Amino acid sequence: MKPPRFAYHAPRTLPELLETFNETADEAVVLAGGQSLLPMLNLRLAAPSHVIDLGRVPGLDSIASTNGSVEVGAMVTHYRMETDAVVAASVPLARRAAGYVGYRAIRNRGTVGGSVAHADPAAEWPIVLLALDGEVGLASVRGWRSIAAEDFFESVYTTAKRPDEIVTSLRLSTRCAHRWGFSEFQRRTGDFATVAVAVACAVEAGEICEARVAIAGVADRPMRCREAEAVLVGGSATAAADAAEAASDSVDPISDIHGSSAFRKRLVHAETLRAVRQAFSANEAGARDG
Amino acid sequence: MAEISLTVNGERTAAQVDPRTLLSDFLRDGLNLTGTHVGCEHGYCGACTVLVDGASARSCLMLAIQADARSVETVESLSVNGAGLHPIQQAFKDCHGLQCGFCTPGLLMSVVELAATNPDCGRDEIREHLSGNVCRCTGYHHIVDAVERALNGVPGRADDS
Ligand SMILES: Cc1cc2nc3c(=O)[nH]c(=O)nc-3n(C[C@H](O)[C@H](O)[C@H](O)COP(=O)(O)OP(=O)(O)OC[C@H]3O[C@@H](n4cnc5c(N)ncnc54)[C@H](O)[C@@H]3O)c2cc1C
Ligand code: FES
Ligand code: FES
Repeated sequence: MKPPRFAYHAPRTLPELLETFNETADEAVVLAGGQSLLPMLNLRLAAPSHVIDLGRVPGLDSIASTNGSVEVGAMVTHYRMETDAVVAASVPLARRAAGYVGYRAIRNRGTVGGSVAHADPAAEWPIVLLALDGEVGLASVRGWRSIAAEDFFESVYTTAKRPDEIVTSLRLSTRCAHRWGFSEFQRRTGDFATVAVAVACAVEAGEICEARVAIAGVADRPMRCREAEAVLVGGSATAAADAAEAASDSVDPISDIHGSSAFRKRLVHAETLRAVRQAFSANEAGARDG
Repeated sequence: MAEISLTVNGERTAAQVDPRTLLSDFLRDGLNLTGTHVGCEHGYCGACTVLVDGASARSCLMLAIQADARSVETVESLSVNGAGLHPIQQAFKDCHGLQCGFCTPGLLMSVVELAATNPDCGRDEIREHLSGNVCRCTGYHHIVDAVERALNGVPGRADDS
């Protein structure tokens, strides 16, 4: 199928973009990498009157490391996250997760901002944001604001972003960035995750003082698993197995054609175990083989 | 309608397009470059894969208007005016890397990208790189054989595109 008719706008500056979006907001969508929007247009699941292309707006695709965090522009592609040196050095979890998004051709065009705005509950970026205590930067003609990842994802394809706001950037904290793990089950390479787990820990004096465990594919939005996190802090010798058990016990997954609830519960166990083991061996193997 | 101006297979091209025209349809219907195949139109099969500024892209998931001022390469760029097969095409032929050929243009363009960005890769990386190109005929073994041979024998790499 082909996209329905729409008016196309390609603003050249951020103010122009926000103005255009404000004027057309009820009937407009913004186009980033198009890797979710174009299928929706082709299948006529979306029929906007206006499409506003972010692709010609400068300043939305930088990656900058600041004190304690990495700021990633909304238009940074999945592939750039996979290959960028700052990302590899500061938030290697993000680099690992990027490689799980679709296929190379999808990663070449799809963007991190598009992924979090789209908010597919099986997507990788939302759990990376949760694990790295991330924030989503938003802009509209009314001004700027940022929302903690935990408050951003509300439900399937639904976020706290207001209709006239665009995502401008993601901020990832490096506090928990250097002990990390990421593991995912997908039916075929490149498919959305059936279940994916991201683990990030902060270490002080050789002890885990903060742990964050985020899971995709078990609910209508990405979830943090506080039960597993509690097990990991100050972790015992059996922490990995205990955390996997706690994670699996804590979820009440959805059933759909990609997997039954019971199957997903087993997957949460397996993927949490893998991700935590990576985190425990990170800095040596985990961080480097990224 | 909107005016776009882009480079396709090394040639400057200007055209009027409806904003909703997909790049795949623009190439096939507008420029008569029917080597780019269209299978699913939602990003899964990879038959429509072309290079945009050197990077693989689904031409069914791009509007032609997004390609304004960009450089696009299609499978037709590999063998200009019947000047013999490109080494990657030759390897596909030699190794029986195709049967019906529907998937082949997309696969070839993905391999051009692989040769340019990671030419020293092994079979696992080849499979991973081509995971977004579905082939209903070959069972993939011969395709991986062909790519292995092509990468070993492709001298020009990026220039080969
Ligand atoms: C075959 C295939 C496989 C895929 N596999 C995966 C996968 O395994 N994991 C995964 O996570 N994703 C996967 N994707 C989706 C891909 O990651 C998309 O890139 C992503 O979901 C959307 O990003 P985009 O830049 O392409 O956004 P677009 O498609 O351009 O936009 C998506 C939605 O977000 C909105 N939007 C985009 N950017 C912004 C912004 N800056 N501010 C406000 N709103 C915005 C748009 O209006 C639209 O509603 C797959 C896609 C395909 C086609
Ligand atoms: S036609 Fe574009 S991916 Fe199938
Ligand atoms: S050769 Fe027939 S689909 Fe690949």
